[in-house]
Amino acid sequence: MRESILLFLIIVAGTGGELCVTRAMKTIGEVKDFQPVALLRFIARATRVGWMWLGVALMTVAFFSLLAMLSIENVSFVVPVTALHYAAGTIGAVLFLKERITRERWVGVFVVCIGVTIVWLSRR
Amino acid sequence: MKESHGLHLKTYLFIFLIVIFAPLGNTLLGKGMKSVGQARGFSPAALLETVIRIATSGYIWLGIASLLAFFVAYMLVLTWADYSYVQPASSFSYAVVAILSYWLLGEVVTPLRWLGILVICFGVLIVGRTHPRTTQESTHA
Repeated sequence: MRESILLFLIIVAGTGGELCVTRAMKTIGEVKDFQPVALLRFIARATRVGWMWLGVALMTVAFFSLLAMLSIENVSFVVPVTALHYAAGTIGAVLFLKERITRERWVGVFVVCIGVTIVWLSRR
Repeated sequence: MKESHGLHLKTYLFIFLIVIFAPLGNTLLGKGMKSVGQARGFSPAALLETVIRIATSGYIWLGIASLLAFFVAYMLVLTWADYSYVQPASSFSYAVVAILSYWLLGEVVTPLRWLGILVICFGVLIVGRTHPRTTQESTHA
């Protein structure tokens, strides 16, 4: 049960964080100048976007959940099951970013889910 | 021709770095967390104690450094290589993490777990074969 909750937090908070950061980046726009001053200005602009803070907060939750899960389970179990983020990311892309997912990509995500299920069944 | 060869070599080198640093980072985090141990409770004092133990673990910092190296290599390779090329190639990191956890941590990787990892790699390869941009296609359709 504890492992399921942690995996849920890793996947949902991690993917949610990535989606929030993506949204923040789209708000800021493309980076064309890579001079140190321009990059600092870019970071300063990023800190003024609410989505960025939400994204960082969610990614922090995901990172500490990953650490907590690594203190309980084997690395060879934890890392492969986090591949579920492919499924969460695809669903998130459909719901929040309005992307169109091809049938082939759904098949790939489904195969990943089968693999994760097999790894989950191999748990000690 | 020579330039193309150089680009290929550079891409292979960076994918190699990705496939090594990401699993190595996770393996080091795993080793660090095994020595830190589980949190004794959810009270603020217990959580603070765990956070301090995490922050003072050398393995955790090595793991974070390794994951940062992975992130930099990943960002750099994406500046010249296609995402649809890099993503499936980096799927091998799931197999590498199992090898590293066996070698460095002495974990037992059962045949069933290997099968699951291979299926995951295959699934990621299928995802990587799809066109990386689908929204534009739908606009033109």
